[in-house]
Amino acid sequence: MWLTNSSVGRKVVMSVTGLFLILFLTFHALMNAVALISLDAYEAVCEFLGANWYALLGTAVLAGGFVIHIIYALWLTLQNRKARGDDRYEVSARPKTVEWASQNMLVLGLIVLCFLFLHLYHFWAKMQLPEILGDFPMSGKNALATTFGQWWILPIYLIGFLAIWFHITHGFWSAFQSLGAANEKWIERFKCIGWWWATIVMGLFAIEACYFTWFFAL
Amino acid sequence: MEKNISFKLKVWRQAGPKEKGQFVTYDVNDIPTDTSFLEMLDIVNEQLIEKGEEPIVFDHDCREGICGMCSLYVNGHPHGPATGATTCQLYMRRFHDGETITVEPWRSAAFPVIKDLMVNRNAFDQIQQAGGYVSFNTGGAQDANAIPISKVAADEAMDSASCIGCGACVAACKNGSAMLFVSAKVSQFALLPQGRAEAKKRVKAMLSKMDELGFGNCTNTGACAAECPKNIKLSNISRLNREFVCAKCSD
Repeated sequence: MWLTNSSVGRKVVMSVTGLFLILFLTFHALMNAVALISLDAYEAVCEFLGANWYALLGTAVLAGGFVIHIIYALWLTLQNRKARGDDRYEVSARPKTVEWASQNMLVLGLIVLCFLFLHLYHFWAKMQLPEILGDFPMSGKNALATTFGQWWILPIYLIGFLAIWFHITHGFWSAFQSLGAANEKWIERFKCIGWWWATIVMGLFAIEACYFTWFFAL
Repeated sequence: MEKNISFKLKVWRQAGPKEKGQFVTYDVNDIPTDTSFLEMLDIVNEQLIEKGEEPIVFDHDCREGICGMCSLYVNGHPHGPATGATTCQLYMRRFHDGETITVEPWRSAAFPVIKDLMVNRNAFDQIQQAGGYVSFNTGGAQDANAIPISKVAADEAMDSASCIGCGACVAACKNGSAMLFVSAKVSQFALLPQGRAEAKKRVKAMLSKMDELGFGNCTNTGACAAECPKNIKLSNISRLNREFVCAKCSD
């Protein structure tokens, strides 16, 4: 199967799952934005999803996307370290055109993963999980209040957002490059679109987190 | 203005492929700045031979930037700090009096060290042999204008063909990936009608050879294109991906 046993195939898997996760983040940010306007409307969104079959199916596909992306990332990194050889360079310089994020995707990914677990604990473990187990779920409003009611949650979330921002600024254009969709003109265009996409989505998340902290903690 | 500089030369010395290597620092004095980097190494080697020591082994051939034989990872850059130039085109005027110049071999699992600064780049030959050519069925030569080729495609194919196969892309890549080399070799044919006939077969054969030889997976950092002495463009890699994905999808 070329998606597992060829280097380009493995990168295609990274690209497709990565773009899928970017799309998910975009919807996530937009759904959160509902709470900026009205907490009751946000509550309705939470209830609409809950643990319905379509929400569960969506969660399973999403979890699958995360798991495949992470497993492939570790697999590719291990292979790449092996390909680099046992002796490291004594002196190494990063050329000006090379983005810092592009050479630190694994580290950024690990920070994002830690943040993901924390975030799942804050919301998913209190909302969808109890419902799956037959318990009474916490309302979206209450989950927001319990999490962002503590002011120190905000800086942790902002660090997570920053890591995701760096991760996407490289990941976005890199995905199109790996899929073979880029050329000399489009590499620059994808970089530009990716930068704006990451900035708008992560900026929206940051605004939301700041607003909730202001609303519930201060 | 020509002047003389003195500096410390920190060189990787390794007696053989299986031996353990280490850095040795030499004091190099009064080198004219108009000396090329390789000439400087020649001078150091003469001094070493006079002292009865083993000279530093390094690859070189044409010394005019076209053969792709010279390598050397100088101060953190393949082919040294100059851009768009090979090590043999690097001059001592790039360096300062009193500085320490660190010289290392290309480091990649697929390019094992033979001795000191010389590495085995036979893996590139193997990739080329896997499909980096066009098979000609001999017969009457075609009329020169029988196959029209656009100026854009011809220029781009020529740019890709300017790859000299030195391996700086692999040396620069933190993943030890040979994608820039393979993509240039695939592109120079994929862009021309003469190369299209075998395009699918070629890309699959060259890429699977590349994977088999233990080169890493491309993560699009772009260090390869930034360090390439022939300025091979990063867009070649996307073309390689496109060619490969299309070839696999049409299987």
